[in-house]
Amino acid sequence: MAKLPKPEELGKVDYIPPMTPWMETPVEFKPGTFCNAAKEKSLAGLDMPNARKWSVKDDDWQLPENWQEIIMEGLRDRLDKYRSLRLFMDICVRCGACADKCHFFIGTGDPKNMPVLRAELLRSVYRNDFTTAGKIFGKFAGARKLTIDVLKEWWYYFFQCTECRRCSVFCPYGIDTAEITIIGRELLNLLGLNIDWIMGPASACYNKGNHLGLEPHTFKSSIEFFLDDLKDITGINIEPSFNRKGAEILFVTPSGDVFADPGTYTCMGYLMLFHELGLDYTWSTYASEGGNFGFFTSFEAAKKLNYKIYAEAKRLGVKYIIGGECGHMWRLLNQYMDTWNGPADFLEVPVSPITGTRFENTKSTKMVHIAEFTADLIRHGKLNLDPSRNDHLNVTFHDSCNTSRGMGILEEPRYIINKVCKNFYEMPENTIREKTFCCGSGSGLNASENMEMRMKAGLPRANAVKYVRDQHNVNMLANICAIDRAALTALMTYWVPDVTVAGVHELLGNALVMKGEKKRITDLRGEPLPGVEED
Amino acid sequence: MGALLSFVGVSILILFAVIGAKANMYTLLGVIIPYAAVAIFIVGVVIRVVRWGRTPVPFRIPTTCGQQKSLPWIKQNKIENPTSTAGVIARMFFEIFLFRSLFRNVKTELRDGPKLDYASAKWLWFVGLVFHWSFLVIVVRHMRFFLEKVPFLIQLAENLDGFLQIGVPGLYMTDVAIIGAVTFLYVRRVVIPQIHYISLPADYFPLVLILGICGSGVLMRYFTKVHIVGVKAFTMGLVSFSPKIPEGIGTIFWVHIFLISVLLAYFPFSKLVHMAGIFMSPTRNMMNNSRMVRHVNPWDYPVKMRTYAEYEDAFRDKMKAAGLPLEKDEEPVEQSEEKE
Repeated sequence: MAKLPKPEELGKVDYIPPMTPWMETPVEFKPGTFCNAAKEKSLAGLDMPNARKWSVKDDDWQLPENWQEIIMEGLRDRLDKYRSLRLFMDICVRCGACADKCHFFIGTGDPKNMPVLRAELLRSVYRNDFTTAGKIFGKFAGARKLTIDVLKEWWYYFFQCTECRRCSVFCPYGIDTAEITIIGRELLNLLGLNIDWIMGPASACYNKGNHLGLEPHTFKSSIEFFLDDLKDITGINIEPSFNRKGAEILFVTPSGDVFADPGTYTCMGYLMLFHELGLDYTWSTYASEGGNFGFFTSFEAAKKLNYKIYAEAKRLGVKYIIGGECGHMWRLLNQYMDTWNGPADFLEVPVSPITGTRFENTKSTKMVHIAEFTADLIRHGKLNLDPSRNDHLNVTFHDSCNTSRGMGILEEPRYIINKVCKNFYEMPENTIREKTFCCGSGSGLNASENMEMRMKAGLPRANAVKYVRDQHNVNMLANICAIDRAALTALMTYWVPDVTVAGVHELLGNALVMKGEKKRITDLRGEPLPGVEED
Repeated sequence: MGALLSFVGVSILILFAVIGAKANMYTLLGVIIPYAAVAIFIVGVVIRVVRWGRTPVPFRIPTTCGQQKSLPWIKQNKIENPTSTAGVIARMFFEIFLFRSLFRNVKTELRDGPKLDYASAKWLWFVGLVFHWSFLVIVVRHMRFFLEKVPFLIQLAENLDGFLQIGVPGLYMTDVAIIGAVTFLYVRRVVIPQIHYISLPADYFPLVLILGICGSGVLMRYFTKVHIVGVKAFTMGLVSFSPKIPEGIGTIFWVHIFLISVLLAYFPFSKLVHMAGIFMSPTRNMMNNSRMVRHVNPWDYPVKMRTYAEYEDAFRDKMKAAGLPLEKDEEPVEQSEEKE
């Protein structure tokens, strides 16, 4: 693995574009900036085309002989299927308002990371083969032929965009680079050109139920593992159920919460909350993944992975579904699930059994975000909370890209945070809510071999955290996303070492006063609560 | 390259018009080319719009820029995250008439530390707005050449535009504004390294072309004092499909007409179609109501899914050992292939 440069080195960015025009500047595959090629096994696991052994560093990417034809056919097909693509190919005026809005550009200074130029990588080929002006004027109209170098450039830069949509907020025409990256990646996947950090989890999710490839018994025992810790911390026996028919609610969350710190503490928060409410709910080992790495591969793969949630809800006969904290998972549940795998006419409009609130905003999908569910509980005074148990934390909140720009869940988590802890500080205005900065590792790019690129791309986010750390001694970065919990932890370790990362429901778990609990002397991480003495 | 090239290109166009006028090719410059240009413009734009319109929108993908509609006590941002037609109309209104998204623009600067600063940067928004509104007012003013009686609205536009009452004929503010704005937009492309790097000849060309149109118009109105009655007779002839070429209008008028014709004909094949495209942008003109109302994908097709039955077949023994409930509590008849 490439050695990670020091923060002082990475913090110096050269924004002057190269002397050569971008069409004549070949891509350089520098170790530390890209992810490993998808393995043959991973590609085959999801029946993807051209499953074979290949490596990014090789000159020969083992493409089928007619690869140009495949891409062109694929592009033609998608131009006829997605108005977004056709329109965004046609109407960009290259005003450049998007340029310094991209975290990859801010962190690298590479002009091809300006959203406008990332799109031009594809647009130039579109012009050449699909427009009159491009066919007549060629290079003068910004057209170029699809060559193997262009293809490699696509691969490098479409796997160097986290589909965060920040540029689309600033674009006067709403051009969304995520759409272009998503379709760019679809085209690459027609040739089996994925990265393994995406293809591996997607394949595991399809076959085993979750990205981590936890088989049913392991998934169950992973959750049961927390129960011992929770017993130690709270003195309470929690007994969740799995694959239980007839439960009222199915709960689905990203498998990262079940497996890796600090997501596990968020998961403990869910378990505590549901136990305290006496909620009639079940986990599923089959639909044991809320996230969807298929979405970073192709719409078809995403639909395949998403299928299990409704299928399992139907099989178990639940009334509705609650979804845990996750970013891209919720963009899909909001904007795609019902279209792909609905209608969910076998479910009922969610009604909170505790408050009686009918979640009218979910009347078609029948799936409630846990932050909506919990905010409603707190609003109705149904939870006994002791925010002083979070007094050792000065908290800020990171809006995840997908939930802010592809859904708009902004106030619910803030409401919860303000009720479960006393010290909450917002990051600067240009870095939160719809203008939030990506963790730098979204859309399946949270591998380890591209750590240098992740740290560069995460610089704007980290810098805003550093600001509130310096101003308000912030030491906790809260969020509602499983990828954030993993990615921001690495990012903070690198740029702002004294800040740790937590899901909102971990903070809730700390503050939640449970019936019959013993005196709490530690938080969910087993760290002593300040000012509390052991009896 | 493009910056210079577009000047050369527009110079050649001007030269063509001048030579044409000198050679008395008025039927070509005044009749054939303008009619052809208008036809290309209309047909070209219609084809574009129809093609966009016929391309489906398979998913509901608004970019949400504010609080969603969820619990009744949480205030929804009804414009930036709309769930009603009125909300979408308001959002589109702000976008199209006031350039709402561009108004958000900030300039990101990296200082030592590293420390990122976000400075207000409204210049592009402001100049863009000045340019587009001036253009619109100028087009509206020019309608007087195509109507027998000049309607009140056009007179109003003229009076407002000329309210400074400087000189004779009175100076129009929009004439000054558009030339200033176009110059700014051009200089910006040359001077800012990143913008220069992404700019194509197709980005400079329309700016220089518009500058040529404005320049020739200004020359005629304020300096060479074109034979205005003759112009009106000519334009009225065009719209009544009985074109007449009047005597002695002057060469600059033919340059003006020719450059406008080029702009019209160029329009549908260029980025200028953003004028029509903005109305159809799915990230701006859709409601964020996909959890309330199912959005249907017209080309949806079935794909092979991993069913629960297959899953249980693959893991039955392990599930049984872990005490998980099963649909079929028996040894699988056929061991299904377990993929990694």
